[in-house]
Amino acid sequence: MADPQGRLIIDLKAISKHYGEGATRVDALRGVDLEVRSGEVVALLGPSGSGKTTLLNIIGCIIDPTEGRVWLDGEPVYENRWLRDDLRRLRLDKIGFIFQFHNLLPFLDAKDNVALVLQLAGKSAGEARRRAIELLDYLEVGNRKDAMPALLSGGEAQRVAIARALANSPRIILADEPTAALDSKRAGIVMDLLRKLAAEQDACIVAVTHDEKIYDRFDRLFHLRDGRLEDRGSKV
Amino acid sequence: MNLAYRDVRHNLFRFVLTCLGLSLLMAVVLAMMGIYNGLVADALNIVRAPNADLWVVEAGRQGPFAESSKIPGETRDAVARLHGVSDAGSITYQTVEASFSGATLRLYIIGYERGRPGGPDVVVEGRGIGQSHFEAVADRKSGLVLGDRIALGRNRFEVVGLVEDAMNSGGDPVLFVTLADAQTLQSQLAPPAARVQSARGATGESGDTVAAVIARVDANADVDSVARTVRQWKHLSAMTQAEQEDLLVRSVVDRARRQIGLFLGILLTVSAVVIALIIYTMTMEKLKQIATLKLIGAPDRTIIGLIVQQSIALGAVGWGFGLMLILLIKDYFPRRVLLEPINAAALAGIILVVCILASGLGIRAALRVDPATAIGG
Repeated sequence: MADPQGRLIIDLKAISKHYGEGATRVDALRGVDLEVRSGEVVALLGPSGSGKTTLLNIIGCIIDPTEGRVWLDGEPVYENRWLRDDLRRLRLDKIGFIFQFHNLLPFLDAKDNVALVLQLAGKSAGEARRRAIELLDYLEVGNRKDAMPALLSGGEAQRVAIARALANSPRIILADEPTAALDSKRAGIVMDLLRKLAAEQDACIVAVTHDEKIYDRFDRLFHLRDGRLEDRGSKV
Repeated sequence: MNLAYRDVRHNLFRFVLTCLGLSLLMAVVLAMMGIYNGLVADALNIVRAPNADLWVVEAGRQGPFAESSKIPGETRDAVARLHGVSDAGSITYQTVEASFSGATLRLYIIGYERGRPGGPDVVVEGRGIGQSHFEAVADRKSGLVLGDRIALGRNRFEVVGLVEDAMNSGGDPVLFVTLADAQTLQSQLAPPAARVQSARGATGESGDTVAAVIARVDANADVDSVARTVRQWKHLSAMTQAEQEDLLVRSVVDRARRQIGLFLGILLTVSAVVIALIIYTMTMEKLKQIATLKLIGAPDRTIIGLIVQQSIALGAVGWGFGLMLILLIKDYFPRRVLLEPINAAALAGIILVVCILASGLGIRAALRVDPATAIGG
């Protein structure tokens, strides 16, 4: 269980998001408050169209909220005329993404998929590769560092994707159905790994999932329905 | 890490196939350039071959290439006597079709006076014409070889020498013969026609007419001044070498040049459209990857670089293959394909610009990709 006194990493206040106007207006999120502290692993649950992905996108600095305020790692976002490039930089430095289907770049081998993020952050090619191999070793896929994504198994590819997400030591890891493509055994292994990483790196993890088998791996579960949070994060 | 290179390497076979397709287009563009150059070079070769300074032709005519010209043979003596003229020679031009080894040869006959300007400049094989009659020097493209005998009119000519790159603007290879033989060839009727003429009591016109007289001028003499003197003879006209070349390019080659220019423009437009479509398709196939790149924090310049570099690589490899292809096959074209380094460089420059512009469509699509599309499977 995460330390309840951990540093506040994600702090959303009264977040609303709507698309369109008038008769075509769709309210994706309505007055959502969310706090996630370092070391916490939380899940966003809810049926399709409940606003999970929209919330994930707002935390991930991909879309801006219509109303409300966002603090990430103590920094107010979308205020003071944030530019698209500022958001990109924030994503690069502080946020790691894990996808349902790993989304590794098919033309780069495992180590270069990880090293790319480090190079984008300004590391030299050699340094980036060294760190990428360290991460892959840590995630126990170092023996597959030269393999192209098409040749990796689902579990291996997801581990490489996790290594990529962790490359810049982000404070926030956002995961979209991280275990959907894995069997239950591997899903458990991946979730245990994420919990371990969150604790070690003092980061928080927010995952969207429908996988009931892994609910017990989360510290808190947030249920979304019709754009509203139904609770303040039930403890598992 | 160069993403463009890595992506190309990952899809090498498809990239090479695409480049090969593009290279065929580039080869056609280069071929058109080469054909045009060959057309102009062939036309100018004929004019430049005699190393003349002045062309004396029939008054009111722009001969002997743009229009026909016929002047008396003795004009050469009159021109040679002019102050400042160092050498002069009579010359005739005509196109004939002759049968040889069961095939029909189309030849451009140049009749010249031995020892005077107008003959072959450099004989690459064999020798120049040494006798007054029935010897010829042929361009290699005619297919004739030393010792061949070819029937022209009622006479047979022996090929004693070969030259290269001597063709008229129509691509017909040149056959040099003596002026006397050429005049005979021009005036000689077939035996039945000659008998008819004789029966009618016709005496026949004098065979001593030539198409032009070419003159070389002393180094310290003024060509324009000599030309003005010639023009004082009302039955003659005179053009300097530069005027003759300009006239030939403007009047004889100009339409072909415009035709080829238009065709080149169309080909380049087609190339631009093809490159744009290829780049656009390549980008559309990578939208998910581009969204992922954006999501993990790749700046726009990385994504633009990926597209532009691939576009330029496509153009460069297509251009390189195209150049190699045309250099390999250019000698099999029926007409001379003359490629200058400047043509290849100009096409490289054009393709570079086209690739950059063509990648604009792909860049636009890539920059509009919402990074959120990477999330959600």
